[in-house]
This record gives sequence, C-alpha cells and structure tokens, in this order.
Amino acid sequence: MQQLQLLGKNTLALVSGLGRAVIVLLSALLHTPNPRKGLPLLFAQLYSVGVMSLVIIVVSGGFIGMVLALQGYTILVGYGAEASLGPMVALSLLRELGPVVSALLFAGRAGSALTAEIGLMKATEQLSSLEMMAVDPLRRVIAPRFWAGFISLPLLAAIFSMVGIFGAHLVGVDWLGVDGGTFWSVMQDQVDFNKDILNGIIKSVVFAFVITWIAVYKGYDCEPTSEGISRATTATVVQSSLLVLALDFILTALMFAS
Amino acid sequence: MTTQVNSDNLVAINNLTFKRGERVIYDDISLVIPKGKVTAIMGPSGIGKTTLLRLIGGQIRPESGQILFAGKDIPKLSRKELYETRKRMSMLFQSGALFTDMSVYDNIAFPIREHSNLPEAIIEKIVLMKLEAVGLRGARDLQPNELSGGMARRVALARSIALDPELILYDEPFAGQDPISMGVIVRLIRSLSDALGLTSVVVSHDVPEVMSIADYIYIIAEQKIIGQGTPEQIRQDDSALVKQFVQGQADGPVPFHFPAPSYQQELVKGVAIDALANVTQGNK
Amino acid sequence: MKDMMSKKVELMVGFFVALGIAALLMLSLKVANSGISGNGDSYNLLAKFDNIGGLKVRSPIKVGGVVVGRVSDISLDNEDYTPVVTLKIYKEYSSFSEATSVAILTSGLLGEQYVGLQPGFMDDSLETLQPGDYIEDTKPALVLEELIGQFLFSQGSGDE
Repeated sequence: MQQLQLLGKNTLALVSGLGRAVIVLLSALLHTPNPRKGLPLLFAQLYSVGVMSLVIIVVSGGFIGMVLALQGYTILVGYGAEASLGPMVALSLLRELGPVVSALLFAGRAGSALTAEIGLMKATEQLSSLEMMAVDPLRRVIAPRFWAGFISLPLLAAIFSMVGIFGAHLVGVDWLGVDGGTFWSVMQDQVDFNKDILNGIIKSVVFAFVITWIAVYKGYDCEPTSEGISRATTATVVQSSLLVLALDFILTALMFAS
Repeated sequence: MTTQVNSDNLVAINNLTFKRGERVIYDDISLVIPKGKVTAIMGPSGIGKTTLLRLIGGQIRPESGQILFAGKDIPKLSRKELYETRKRMSMLFQSGALFTDMSVYDNIAFPIREHSNLPEAIIEKIVLMKLEAVGLRGARDLQPNELSGGMARRVALARSIALDPELILYDEPFAGQDPISMGVIVRLIRSLSDALGLTSVVVSHDVPEVMSIADYIYIIAEQKIIGQGTPEQIRQDDSALVKQFVQGQADGPVPFHFPAPSYQQELVKGVAIDALANVTQGNK
Repeated sequence: MKDMMSKKVELMVGFFVALGIAALLMLSLKVANSGISGNGDSYNLLAKFDNIGGLKVRSPIKVGGVVVGRVSDISLDNEDYTPVVTLKIYKEYSSFSEATSVAILTSGLLGEQYVGLQPGFMDDSLETLQPGDYIEDTKPALVLEELIGQFLFSQGSGDE
C-alpha cells in the first residue's frame, strides 16, 4: 500500500517537474527576440558559457587524441595495420568521443555554473526583482543562457575532435613514426562527411539542448537556499551526464545500426 | 469591514485569504493604502508580511479576495496586463537584490533601458539624479560587492525610483542596518514620499522607526489585522496584543512559548518521579 | 572602461565562434575528403564479377595504388544472377582501353577490399571504354574458403 502510494507520489512529482521544465523552456523561447537588447546578452553568455569552456575542451581533446593514438598504435601494429591509425582515431573522435566527452565536460563546467548562477540570482531575489520591474526573468535571464549553451556545445565538440586529431597526429606520426601521408589519406578515405561528421554534429546539438535545458531549469526551479542551490547544481551534472550517455546509445543505434 | 474603492486609495485589499499549503497566512483581511502616504504593516516575524507585498506585486495569487491597485484586481490580470501594471510600482527587497554582474550605475540604468528608448545621455542624467537623491553619486562605478549593506540598500532604493513609480513596496527596509544608515533610510523614505508624492508601503517590525515615519499603521498577527491607526492611535491602543507588540514584551497574548505539550509532563515522561514534579512546582 | 570590457567579450566570442567554425570546416575538408569531392565530374563503367567478396559501395578503385574512382553501386544481373559493379571513375581518367582488366583485391592481409584496374595496352584496333561500357576481363575476389578448398583438393590429387 505504502509503496504504491510512494510510487504514485514520485510519478506525480516527476510529471509535474517535467511539465514545469517544458513551461520554463517554452516561455523563455517563444517570443520575438529584440536584437538590440538580446544580442549583447547572448554575447555575454556565449563568453561565459563557450569561451570559458575552451581551455578544458582543448586540453582534454588533446590528451584524449594522444591516448587514442598510443593505444590504437600498440593494438594495430600487432596486425601490421598501423596505417589505419588515422581513421581509427578520427572515427572514434567524430562519432563518439568528441560529442560525448565534450558534452560531459560541458555539463560539469558550464551546466553546473549556469544552475548555480541562476539559483543564486533566485536566492538573492534578483529574479523576483526583475519580475517586479516588469522584466520577465525567463526572457532576460533564461533565454540568452539557453541559446548560448545550445550554440556553444556543437562548436566545442568540433574543436575537441579537431584538437584530438592533431594530438593523435603528434603521437602517431611525430613520435611513433606512422607515415604522415598515410595517416591523413587513409583517414580521408574512410571518414564520410554525412555518416560520421554530420551525425557527430547532430549528436552534440541534441546533447547541447538537453544539458542547457536541464541546467537553466534546475537553477530556475531550485529552492532558494544554499542547500537548494548545491542540490540543484549536483542534480544538473548527474542528470545531464546520465541523459547524455543514454541518448548517445539511442542516437548511435539510430544512426549507425543499419 | 469591506473597504470601498476610493480615489484616495491606491491599493485596496478586500477579504483576502491566503494559504501556504495547509497553513493559513491571512484569514479574510481587508486594508487600504492611501495615496501619497506612508503606510506601515507591522507584526511579528514569520507572519508573512513580505507575502503581502508579493501579493500586491502579483508574484503570488491569493486563495480568495480582491487586491485592487488603482482599481485593477491584480490576481485577475492577464500576464501582459500584470507586467504593464508592475511598471507603475516597484519594490525594495530586503537584500537589495542588486544585479551582481553590473555596476551601481548600470543597476540603476537597467529599468530605464528596459522600458524606454531614451538616449544614453538622458539616461545618465536620470541615473545621476537618482543617485544624488540617495547620496551615492560618488559610488556610480562601484560593483555591488564593494558596497556595504546600507549603501547597497540605498542603491537599490535609487533603482526602485528610477522609473518614478506611483507605489513603492519596502520589504524590511530597516532590518540589519546600523543606526546611521537606518537614520538615512528613514529620512529617505519620508522625503521621497513628501517630495514626490509617492505612495509607500513599509513592511517592518522595527517599532520606533515605523512610528517615526508612518502616516498610518496596520498591525497584523495571527492571520488577522489586530490593530490599525495613526502612530498616536496605536500608542493609545488598549488591545493587549497591540500593547505587547509596541512595547516589545516577551510574553503576553502572543505567548513566549511555541505551542508545546506541558513542560512538566514532558520532563517526567517515562521517568515518573514525583520529586522532579515537586521541584518544578516549587520553582514556579 | 565598460566599453573595453564589452569589446574584449565580443572579441573573445568572435574568436571562439571562428575557431569552432574553422574546426568544423577542417573536419569536413581535411578529415573527410570524399564526401565533398566525390561529387566531382565522373563517368560510370560497369563490370561483372563471379564473386565480389567484401566489396562495398564507396570502396576505392585504384590503378597502381592511385585512387581513380569509387564503387557507386552493386547489384545483381537479372538474367544470369552475377553481381554487377558500377565503377564511378573520375573524368580526368577517361581513356581506358577496351583491354583494361579489373580485379577485386585486398589491401594488406586484413585491409579493405578495393577494385584494382589494370589498364590494357593501347592499340589502333582497340577503342577506349565509353561511359556505360562493360569491362570484359574481370577477376573475382579471392574467397579464403574457396582457396583453402582448392588447396586441399590439389593436395589430395597430388597424392595419387
């Protein structure tokens, strides 16, 4: 009996939470933007969401590419197939690691910051204060942050993959002696624009949507206390990371399983 | 005691009931805020004085009852009408609620930039005027985190009068202020009301400050209005509840003790030592 | 002061967006060459094989190791049920003679299969292949199981 009631209660909480999240998103996005006021806001957010995530993305992309090259080389050289190092690295990065790892890093770096910032604005009554000034906080605060995250992540994922390929080139070609021409040409032979690059971009667009949506909603919906903000921030990172991994499986199944 | 819509009253609240969950915050209260006057709402902490301001601002909706602002029933307004109406009022939050990512100047310019297309040169003049009014023209380039609590509240005050509203809602303007900045804020509220004809609603529990600036006072406790009148009338009030609040006595109709089972019973629970009961008895 | 700040923000955002787009462009052009340049001018030749092994659409066609085109289609002939491979050859290699032969080869021991073109000699009596022509001389893919079978068979006959 009690379990049943608990199940019902949790289901209701989940559904009403989803409903609120949809309402927050729709009312933030469904309006005609004012370019004169909106663009500077979007730029400021692109800076704090995108530019500030560049370092972590570039560094991790580089290291992941280097590790891929090192691991791949030791495996491939056993079959005398080290010429396939280029496509192996490129395909791993473009299809999976680029979109997924940059999404996970983005959730930790930018998603948590978005939630904490919005939550703090709520706790310090800045959101209420906007409302009382007849400025809709959903449009003024939530919308530019959402768009900034949505635009930033696909770009960051592309930068991640590119840096990763150069990292792999550094290790594979410059250190381990794989022929540079082979590295690029075999990669070009095997990597398909539609199948690999476009699908990778689609993945990161989906992840960007999910992460920024969760981040801004958790901040906006949080309990305006210090514990509330810390809970919301944790929830953003945990939920968006799990959702990214689950969605990655579904998208991969749809895209690559023929 | 239903109040009629009157041209002298900017805000009229009729038969308002508000619940938070199961808890009743207001039980069928009615009050009016006269135009151009400083009206104070007093009462002990935790009875939802701030809630009343949020109700007037339309941020939350009551269970039942009317909240008329200039004749418009706030809870019944559409979103768009509500935002239109809010341009005519402003609220000074307890924390100041300054935007932490903007300088003092930009904070005050913010509502003007949002709601008008004035050229920057004119906006600057307005901002400087408002800053001068609160005595902080020299602080225009500071960031909010560089301000003391009192200064932050004065900047927030300058921001809330930036668009020359008809009504200002002050949420605990005196709480946590040192005596000097308290004096400054008291003077500012009074002079804004006198000089600009602003209607002010001050929510507070600081009795002496409120007594010194309010034209009319409502005292709310236990979900009801328990007393009202000019400061003089409040001082003369015979009601034990009002007396207790105004004179700041610890015990009275509002009991010192939070409702609890009998102290004696709780102490001897499970021990059942008569001697202990006798000791407590003796102490009384 | 404030203008300086917003200029810096704008500059950094501009840099970020440019970097992102550059990365996308590099990925499309340098990492995946085929998707875009594959649409260049080309013409089709056809070849029938007994067995195509692991050949796939988009497998490369090479002459002496140089990629001259890609497999654009693989189908089964309706009458004799032999595989027909459509070879999409780049325009600049447009004069293969009729004596040209094709084979399905494997790059390395475990590598991908590709189509190897062996240009035949040119002679006045021979014409060049026109778009849509069939290449007559074809060698099927080597299938390991058949190879082993043949080997065992020849071993067995050698014993007698």
